[in-house]
Order: sequence, then structure tokens, then C-alpha cells
Amino acid sequence: MNNLSYFELWRALLPEACLTLGALLVLAVDLAAPAGRPAASRRGVATAVALIALAAAAWAAVRAGTGGPAFGGVFALDRLTLITRLGVIGLSLLTVALAGNLSRLANAAEYLALILFATAGFTLMAASNQLLIAFLALELASLSLYVLAGFDKTRPESAEAGLKYFLFGGVSAAFLLFGFSLLYGLTGSIAFPEIARQLATQPPSALLIVALVMILVAFGFKAAAAPFHLWAPDVYEGAPAGSAALIASASKLAGVALFARLLWAGVGAPAAASWLPVLAILAAVSLVLGNVAALAQSNVRRLLAYSAISHAGALLLGVMVAGRSPGAVVYYAMTYGLATVGAFGVIAALETSGPSRRLEDLAGLHRRSPFLAGCLGIYILSLAGIPPLAGFLGKFSVFAEALRTGGLTGATGWLAFLAIAMSAVALYYYLLILKQAFVAAPKDGAAIIPTPPAARLALGVAAVAILALGIAPGLILGAF
Amino acid sequence: MNALPWTIVFSFAGAILSLVAGTRSAALARRVGLTAALAGLAAALLAATRFTPGSGLQTILDLPWIPQLGVRCHLAADGISLTLVVLTGIAATAGVLFSWNIDERAGEFFALYLTLIGGVYGVFLSADAFLLFVFYEIAIVPKYFLIASWGSTNREYGAMKLVLYSFAGSALVLGGLLWAFAAAGGRSFALADLAAAAARFPRGDQLAMFGLLFFGFAVLAGLFPFHTWAPTGHVAAPTAASMLLAGVVMKLGAYGCLRVAMPLFPEALAWWQPAIAWLAIAGILYAGLVALVQDDFKFVIGYSSVSHMGFVLLGLAAATPQAVGGAVLQMFSHGVIAGLLFAVVGRIVYERTHTRRLDALQAMPLHRLLPFGAVVFVLAGMASMGMPGFSGFPAELAILIGTWKVSPLWALFAAAGILVAAAFTLRVVQVSFFGRTAPAAPQAPADDHPFAPVTWPEKAGAALLLASTLLIGLRPDLLLNWITPALQSPLMQAALKGGRP
Amino acid sequence: MSSLPLLSLLVFLPWAGALALALLPQTSESTQRRVALAASLSTLALTLALLDGFDPARTSPQFTEKHAWIRALNVHYHLGLDGLSLILVLLTGLVAPAALCAGFRSGGGVRGFAAFFLTLQGAALGVFLALDFFHWFIFWELSLIPAYFLIKIWGGPGATRAAYQFVIYTLGGSAFMLLGFASLFNAAGTFDFQQLAQLGADGSLARKLGGDGSWWLQAVFLGVLLGLAVKVPLWPFHTWLPPAYAEAPTGASMFLTGVMSKMGVYGFLRILWPIFPRELQAAAPWLMVLALGGVVLGAWAAMRQTDLKRMVAYSSVNHLSYCLLALFAGAQSSGRPGAVSEAATAALSGTLLQMFNHGLSASALFLCVGFLEERTGGRRGLDDFGGVRTVAPLFAALTGMAMFSSLGLPGLNGFVGEFLIFRGVFGLAPWAAAVATLGLLATAIFLLTFWQRVFHGPVAGATPGLRDLTLTEAAPLLPATALMVILGVYPQLLAGLINPLVTAWAGHLTPP
Repeated sequence: MNNLSYFELWRALLPEACLTLGALLVLAVDLAAPAGRPAASRRGVATAVALIALAAAAWAAVRAGTGGPAFGGVFALDRLTLITRLGVIGLSLLTVALAGNLSRLANAAEYLALILFATAGFTLMAASNQLLIAFLALELASLSLYVLAGFDKTRPESAEAGLKYFLFGGVSAAFLLFGFSLLYGLTGSIAFPEIARQLATQPPSALLIVALVMILVAFGFKAAAAPFHLWAPDVYEGAPAGSAALIASASKLAGVALFARLLWAGVGAPAAASWLPVLAILAAVSLVLGNVAALAQSNVRRLLAYSAISHAGALLLGVMVAGRSPGAVVYYAMTYGLATVGAFGVIAALETSGPSRRLEDLAGLHRRSPFLAGCLGIYILSLAGIPPLAGFLGKFSVFAEALRTGGLTGATGWLAFLAIAMSAVALYYYLLILKQAFVAAPKDGAAIIPTPPAARLALGVAAVAILALGIAPGLILGAF
Repeated sequence: MNALPWTIVFSFAGAILSLVAGTRSAALARRVGLTAALAGLAAALLAATRFTPGSGLQTILDLPWIPQLGVRCHLAADGISLTLVVLTGIAATAGVLFSWNIDERAGEFFALYLTLIGGVYGVFLSADAFLLFVFYEIAIVPKYFLIASWGSTNREYGAMKLVLYSFAGSALVLGGLLWAFAAAGGRSFALADLAAAAARFPRGDQLAMFGLLFFGFAVLAGLFPFHTWAPTGHVAAPTAASMLLAGVVMKLGAYGCLRVAMPLFPEALAWWQPAIAWLAIAGILYAGLVALVQDDFKFVIGYSSVSHMGFVLLGLAAATPQAVGGAVLQMFSHGVIAGLLFAVVGRIVYERTHTRRLDALQAMPLHRLLPFGAVVFVLAGMASMGMPGFSGFPAELAILIGTWKVSPLWALFAAAGILVAAAFTLRVVQVSFFGRTAPAAPQAPADDHPFAPVTWPEKAGAALLLASTLLIGLRPDLLLNWITPALQSPLMQAALKGGRP
Repeated sequence: MSSLPLLSLLVFLPWAGALALALLPQTSESTQRRVALAASLSTLALTLALLDGFDPARTSPQFTEKHAWIRALNVHYHLGLDGLSLILVLLTGLVAPAALCAGFRSGGGVRGFAAFFLTLQGAALGVFLALDFFHWFIFWELSLIPAYFLIKIWGGPGATRAAYQFVIYTLGGSAFMLLGFASLFNAAGTFDFQQLAQLGADGSLARKLGGDGSWWLQAVFLGVLLGLAVKVPLWPFHTWLPPAYAEAPTGASMFLTGVMSKMGVYGFLRILWPIFPRELQAAAPWLMVLALGGVVLGAWAAMRQTDLKRMVAYSSVNHLSYCLLALFAGAQSSGRPGAVSEAATAALSGTLLQMFNHGLSASALFLCVGFLEERTGGRRGLDDFGGVRTVAPLFAALTGMAMFSSLGLPGLNGFVGEFLIFRGVFGLAPWAAAVATLGLLATAIFLLTFWQRVFHGPVAGATPGLRDLTLTEAAPLLPATALMVILGVYPQLLAGLINPLVTAWAGHLTPP
């Protein structure tokens, strides 16, 4: 360990450093604010600092480069890391801009600080090349998210969401740690490449399968895949809009990147036969359960939650075929994240001017705010997978990869067909949302919805990004 | 030929512009819509005048797009594409003309309409399977909003059913396409490359892939028994949308069968041929018989569309040059005729009488109250019956000739279908417009012209469509000169030999 | 040959008239009548011009016009006139203006009626002149739609159903004919009647359609037969006729029976016989039985009618079946020279002459019944009248001429045709001639009953109110009546046009 260079460590972890510093700064500035300062300006300052921190982190991530393993192999700085970090930071930026109801939250600065901590966790997850760092990053992110979920003290659902998320998350963390320890026991190392080398020389043992199953339980929880999805509807419904946005988007992206690296570079291709079938089952169950359950939903957020479960199924499929290149699944996760952040942003805007729980509350959105309706249309259609939006390209790349690697004989091929079939089912409930927004007439007394400029900018950026990534997916796919 | 991509550009640009124009006034939005549609038609006709028929697709544009997926932005056209592009131009313009009375959210209406048109143009001009699929899907969602927002009977249900069926069909296509792509090595989506690779796939795989592709596309073409979305959806849709849906969008499905499914898997076509042919025949006869007993004017036309598309699918299934040529000609012919029929039913009659029930219409001496509508509908009805002199006759004749070669029994059933079509068309003409024809009855003064007079857009639209069907009825060689060479390209020839000689 | 495309003009002038009427909205009724009549009379004028240049000794079509039309389907625009076409075109030229005049009086607006009628006239002429299936079929089908509207809009109470039935029946038959020609095209690659006839004559058509011994040719023959049989009509495909003729307005009935029914017989002569000579010969005995059914049952049914219009309708079935009987007899025995050939000549001449004569007399009869109907407010039953002769002598005279011509009284034109038919059939198939005389008997009975009950006897029923014909009203009848007399006395006028054709044709399996 003598040739460990702290300079390397600094370079590798500069994004996390920026974010952590930024979080601390936000807290400090807020604490240091004079007592008489109006809440709005305190919020504004805090937001500004947060945005600067995020921008700095993005710059730092680019600067870190894609040199390969860093700091003795503890961190991996490759394309996957870079793209994931940038994606996560981008999604967090949008979340910060869209968390419009900060006015409702008692301590806006703490909220923003927690977002920054969570983002730091995500970026660290993207860079981890070692079991311990992976667990650390995951926990950092998760703990921040638990608090974020329960942050709205005015609503009991938020507290319920936070608690449920914490309980589920805690259990899954336990599983993960146990699985990691078994893996260490089997291979004698905590570094991904070394684990892969060791496992390649051993025949698959029952212990390995147990370890992998436990790891996959945690993965399933993180990605909100069935049957570990039970937390998702309540958390999506109860958490404040910004938290839900972050949980649904950046957390999934970071999780996918981490587990893709863990399973392919860490456990390795030779042992893949142990964990691929399990993942396939999880993916299939998620696809079916998510779509079928979504059909029955009348609450917008819960509908998005179940659709998230079905998308998790597709993400799991993407991870299954990420062996050759993780480009497809990262693209999918990124574009899914953009659409989800946008959708929650629209919901956040709606919440400022009336109830927005049920589908019917969206009625007449095209009249109440054509801008919001248009953006919502783009996000929902992207989720449904309609070209030329990015969601379609994401699905297509994953399915193409699935059929390329497995052909129809493999599980991946069948999963791809299942996913395609389910997407037809999904279109139904997505169209229900759009029907309310575009076809139904506004209810009596429904007012025009004002949207603050920051939110408008963020929603516009998200919509344009979805369109641009749909027409030119090479921007991301080409980076791999 | 280089004018052809402008059809797509004009349509999408027109969509955005009408959305903007709609915020000012409905009249402005209409004008923008008409300009965009006419521009598309002009581009199509310009390309048509410069077109030299050759065998095979002539490339217009070939740019790399997504190298990681082997996708190129490859636009190309042959005689078949050109025929259908011209049809789209005509139908789109007529549709805009017949929507001149839409006032509410006119900008959005024309934006959705033009997006749909743009997607349709794109499908007809794509030579890359992925690009074709993208445009195919783009054309799906506007349909939902057009029907659900501006439609009539049962519109939300009809819209959802139509869109879900279309999407399910396209899901099947996506499955088949991805499978073929992956099995071919996952390097290219160009139709020629896929066809070359497909010849080496195992036979069972070929049969399954063809099944997915053909039946996926055929859902949109209204193949029995996957046709139930069509009558409901077309009845629910507003007039211009019905004209476009029955007239052009159903042809997307048939075009997909012809351009993608058949050339890629000729041997599979030979295996599936009887099943497809019998389903097509079932559609022709079943839909025709159901049309015979409908009470709602628009439902008759809706079912008649399914019946006529059955002819197209039968022609494709027969897979002889005459039959397929006839099928393409029938696509054009029915596109125009369906436009006419829906225009009369929806715009000319329903907007004025506010009823589509045949028993109510029968009680009115409609041919005296709406003489223009009566004449147009009689002519459209004659065309729909396959009366010689109109475009349907050479098309159906060619299909019969081509089908007879493969199986005279099929041709016999098809001929019976012609008779059923004559029966239900004549019935609906008679009951709707000529219900009360007692000439000696003294006219009550209140009877004279209680309806709004016929507007110039209606006359222009009807004239455009009637002229098209008459022109092609008397000079079908205008289109056959494009279509026949296109059927001699190596890709098509492989498919056409696939049928039993 | 004249440099003017006379035949095209013949076909398209009535259509031009129809178009003019449709597009000129606000002219007075008398102008409309004049335009319509002029367009209709153009046929007669042009026919007389054609007669001038027509050479009966040449049996192949004259005044031909042939242009390539749809290359992809090897379709040509091909018109031609031979003796057969000529007499039918002449018939049309005579019947159509009379029918149009009758139509003017049926009320309900001149413009619509005349436009539809002229379209129908043009289509009928096209059928008689076209020599390529593609546009022959266009004219054949196009004749249905104006007829449909004429019956439906200006017809009686049951007109809707009658018109619908009429169109559907005929379209049904046409569908089979279309299918037959589709397969012929498949085999032979052409739609041209003359080329197909050549192939049919030398037997290569059978080979191309699937080889000798295969049943393709028979199947196609049946298809085409069906299409034509419904149109004539051949018993038992005649059930559409009585309601259609009875419900149609007078002018339409005149044209339907005078010209449209001849389209069917023309089809047998122009298409079925030349292209399928052997099949027709083989099927002829059965077809003769059917024709006899029409003869006998048509006449007997007419006898039992009390509605005068239906009576004339059934009598049309009867008379047309005579034509068909002679045709089938001729087809059956062709190929054997000697006495048989003479009989065949007689039969064929009889068919052609009877077509013309029946056209004249039947349309005249319908016109007369039409007069009765309109002058008495719609009554046309056998028992509604009595002693019309005393009240309306001119009318009675003209009707009597038509009736006796239809009966076949020697001295009038109807006799010539019937005599030749019977002579021919007797020489070829005596049993058929024997049975057919039953029809003659029945015809005599019902026509004489008609004559006696309506025109003779005491003045009864609606007769007192009956006004006699003025000269202008009688004008449409006069040319026909004059021809009935002239042709009765000097049939050579007409026969001379067709004799060479008939002589060359009869006794041979295939027409020249």
C-alpha cells in the first residue's frame, strides 16, 4: 500500500468532496444566516450553493477522467463511472430546481444538504470497485434518502414513507452485507477484479449461490423490483415530490451502475450461470406485476410507482446483458430517470395549486397549463416507449442487446419478448394519464397553474434532453 | 425524387406551426394546416413527375444515425412507395379540407393530424427497418388524441381500443424485427441486409419471425379476426381522422407486410399463405355481411373498410405479380374511396342532420335536401362497389386474376365478396339518401334547404377525391407503370416466387 | 372509312347530353327536354350515317377504332360494328327517344330522369359496340346504376325492393362473369373478344386453361353463362324481371325490355358462342330445356296476370326465351352441313330479327299500358277497362298493332322472326319446337284476352274518363308502328343487313 497516492484519491473522489463540502456549506450558510432573514431568501441562497456544488462536482467528475482503476484498485474510473456520475449529478440538478415545494418544508437547507449527501453517495456508488466502498456508498445514499422520504412533517404519509423505506432498506442492507461477507469468505478478497479471478477458478458452490441471492435481494430492493417492491408505492406516494423524484431516478441509475459492475466485473462472467437465472426471474416477475398492478391504480403517484416496478424489470434485463457493454442499460436508466424527474416535477407544480393525488385531478391540464401538459406528455410518452423519444431508444437498445447476446434460446430473449408484450399493456395506463391531461375538461374551479421560472427551465431542459437523446442516442451510447 | 423527404419535413414543420397558429386563431391554424398538406402533396407530385421507374428502391438519403445499433437514416422509394405517398398527399389535403369547420382547439387538431401524416410519409419512404418502425410508432399516439378529443360515439373507448390494438401489433413487429436483427448478427437494420441474412436462418425461426412480422403489421391492416378495433375506432373518430385512418393508416399495415415481412422471408410466406388467404377471405365476407345489417351509417362504412382491406391482404397473400400489383392499386383506390365515404357521412351528412341512424335518415328526403351529398355519395358508392370506370375495378380485377392463378377457390370467394360489397353499398345508398323518393309529393316549404349550404372546402375536397378515383379508374396504367417495375426488384421477386406457381 | 370516330361519337354523345343536363341547372323544362331529346336522337342520326357506309357482305367488324389503353393488362379501347351490332344499335336509336318522351310525362322533374336515361342509353350502345372485355364490362355494369335510380326514384310503390333485387341479381351474375374473364386473361393474356374467339375456335384456349380433360374451361364457361343468363333473363334466373319491369316508370320499362334485355342475348352471341363453341354445343340441350321453360312458363304466367304491366313483363320473358331457344338450337347443331345448316340459318336469322322486332313491339306495348295508367290515375288492371276502342280509337289502333306484332300475326314484323325461329328449331330439334308451340298458344290467349277485355266490349271501369291520344302524344309510337308494318311486308330491309353474317355463321361451329 506504499505507492498509494493521496493525490490519486483526491482526484478520484473530487466529486464526492465537492458535494460533501457543498452540503456542509449549505448547512453552515443557513445556520449563519441572521435571524430576521425571510425564509424565501434563505432558501434561495441555499439553493444557489447547492447548485454550485453540483456543478463543481460535475466538472470534477469530468476532470477525474477515465484512467482506469485508481487508488490501488479501490475505485474504478472508467466510462461507466463518468457517465453515471454525470447522469446522477444532472438528475440531482433537476431535482433541486424542481423541488418547488421547498416552501412547505420546514428546513429547506437541510433538505438540500441531504440531497447533496445522497448525490455524493450515488457518485461514490458509480466509482466503487471494492465491496466495502460499495456498501459504504450504498448506505450513504440510502440513509440520506430515508430522511428525504420522511422530510415533510406536515403529512403523516411522509413519515410513513420514511419509516417504511428505512425498515425495508435496513433489512436489505443486512442481506447485502451478509452476502458480501460470504463472497469475501469464498474468495479472500474484497476487490472486484480479484473476486472475479478467484471465482473463475472455483466450481460454483452452494455458498456462492447463497451469497449471490442475498446480493440480488439487495439489488432488487434498490431497484424496486418485485418481490422486493413493497416499499415503492407507499414511498412514492408519501414522500415529498423532490425526494420521490430523486429516489425514482438517480438512485436507480446509480444502483444499476453499481450492480452491473459488481455482477460482471466483480463476480464475473464464468460464474454468471449462478446469478443470471435469479435475475431473470426477478425481472419477469417485476415486469408482469408492475404492469398488471398499475392498471388498477387511480392515484397518480402510485401508478408511477408500479410503472417504476415494471421499468425495474427492464433494468434488470439490461443488467443481465451488460456484460459486453453497459451502454444500453445506462442509457435506459438515464432516460428513464429524466422522464421520471420530469413527471414528478409536474406533480410538484400541480401540488401548489390544488389536490393532485388522483388521476382526475389532472383533468384539463392542457387548459390549466399548456406548458405543463406538453412536458408531461413528453415524459409519459417516453416512459411508454414511443419514438422519437429517448424512452423508446432505451428500451430498444436493451432489447436488441438482449436478443443479440442470448438469441431466442436464452432467457434474455424471452424476457425481451415479455417486456415488449408488457409495454403494450403499459400504454393503456399511460394513456389514461394523458387522457386526463389532454382530453378531459378541467373540473369546475380548477385554476391556472403558475410555474416558477426555475421549474420551467428544469422541465424544459428535461423535455428537450429526452427528445435530443431520442433522436441522437449516440451521445450516450457512443461514449461506451 | 429528392423532393420526397420534404413531405415529411413539411408535415412535421406544419404540425409545430399550426400549434403556434392555433394560439392566435382557428382560422389561421386551418390555413397553416392546409398549406402544409398541400406542400406535401406538391412535393409528392413533383417527385412523381420526375420519377423514372426502375426496379428496386432508389435511395434518396442515406446517413449514419446510431452506429451502435446498426441503424442508418436511409430513405428510399420505388414505385410502390411513390403510389402510397401520392395517396397520402391526396388524402391529407382532402382531410384538412373536410375539417374546415373545426373550431375548438383547432391548432392542436391540425398539429396532431400533421404529425400523423408525417409519420405515415416516413413509413412509406424508409428503407431501414428501424426507421420504418420509428415512423410507424410516431403515427400511433396522435390517433388517440384525435379520436378522444374531437370524436363522437364512444370516443374514449374507441380511441383506446384502436391505439392499444395498433400498439400491440407494433409490439409483435418489434419482436420479430429484433429477433431477425439479432439473428442476422446485430449489425444492420437495412432491409436488403436483413433479407440476405434471413435466407440462412433455420426454417422454424423463419416461420416464427414471419408470423410475428406479418401478423403484427396485419393487425393494423384490419386482418380478421384482429379487425375489431377498426369499426369502433373509425366510427368514434372525427371525419378527417376517419378519412385518414381508414384511408391511409390501414395501408401502413399492408405496406409493412409488403415491404418488410414478405421480402425478408419468402419461404415462410409460402408456408403461411393458406392461413393468411383464408383469414383475408373471412374478413372480406364477414365484414361485408355485418355491414349489410348495420343501423348506423358510419358503421357501414367502417365495416366496408375492413372488407376492402381484406382484398388487399388477399392480393398480398396470393403473392403473384398481378395480385400484389392489384393489392397496391387497391390500397390507393380504397384510400381515396374511404376518404370520400367518410367525408360524406361525417361532414356532409352528420354535421347537418346530427344523426347517423339509417332509420332516421330514411325518413328524410335527403337527396333533395343535400343534392351535392347525394351525388358524391352515389359516385363514391359506385366506386366502392368496384364499378368499372372507377379505380376499384382495375384493382379488384387484377387481384382476382392474380389470385386465380394460385387458387381459383380463393378467387371465387373474393368474387362473392364483391357481390356482398355491392349489396351493402347499394343498401346504404338507398336507405340513407333515397329513403323517400315519392316524386309527386308536394314539397312543404319548410322542407326546402333547412340545411347549411355546401361550403367550398367540402366541394374542393370531394372534387379532389372523385377526380383521383375516376382518373385511376380510367387510366390505371398511370399507377401500374410505377408499381409493376417495382415488383421486379430482386427482393420482391423472391417474395413473389414464394407463392405457389 | 370516315375519318370521324363515328362509333365513339355514338356512345359518348348521349353521355355528353347527360353531363350537359346535370351541369346546367337553371334552364327551363322545355330546354331540358330539347337537349335530352337531341342527345337521344343523335344515336338514330349517327346510325343512319353508319348504314350508309356499312357493307353487309363483310362479316368482320367495320368502322373499327382500336387504341392501346392499359398496357399492363393488355387492354385496348376497341369498338367495332358488324351486322349484329348494327341492328341493335338501330333498335336503340328507335326505342330510346320514344322511351325518353314517355319519361317526360311521368313527372318528377325532367332533368334527373333524362340524365340517368341518357347515361343508360350510352352504356347500352357501348355494350353493343365494344370488342374488348375491359370496357365492354364497364358499359355492362354502368348500365345498372342509372337503371337502378330510374326504377327507384320514378317507380311505383314497390320500386325500392324491385330495383335492389334487379341490381343485386345482375351484379351477382356479373361477378361470376368477371371471374371467368379473369381466368381467361390468366390463360390467354388478352381481353380482346376477337383474339379470344380465335383461341376458342382452334381449341388452344382449353389447353391454356389447364389442358384437355380438365374442367377449367367448363367452369369458366359456366361463369360467363351465368352472368349473361341473369341479364336476358334465362329461366330460372328471371325472377327479378317481373317486379322490376312492373315497378319501373314507363320510359324505363320500355328501355329495359326493348334494349337492355337484348344486351344479354347479344352477350350470348358475341361472347359465349365464339369463345366457347364446343362447351355451348355440349350444354345446348340443357339450355334449350331452360329456354323452353321460359317460353312456356313465361307465357302461362302472363296468362294469369291481372296487372297489365306484369303481363307484358312475363310476355317479354317468353319472347326472349324464343330467341334463346333458337340460339341454343343453332349452337347445338352447328358443324353439320346440309339441311341442318339451312335450319340453323333460319334459327339464327330468326333470333336476330326477333330481337329487333320484339324490341319494337314490347316497348310499344309498355308505352300503351303506360298511357292507360297515367290517364286513369294509376289503374292498369285487366279488369279496370272495357270498350276503350270506342272511346279512344287511335290509341286502340296503335296498341292493336303492337299487340298483334307481339303475337306474331302474319303481315306484321313479329311474324317473320317467330316463323324463322320455329322453322329453324323444328329442323334442328323438333321436340323443342313442339313444346314451344304451347307457348305460342298461351301467348295468343293472353294477348287476345287483353285485346278483348280492354278494348272491346261495353265501356266499363275507368274507360269513360279516357282521353284519346293527340298526334304529339302518338308521335313516339308512329315510327315503331310504321316499321312494324313495313318490316312485316318487306323484312328484307332488315334481314339484308344480317344475312351474310348469318349464312357464314350458321351451320359452323364457330362464328366467322
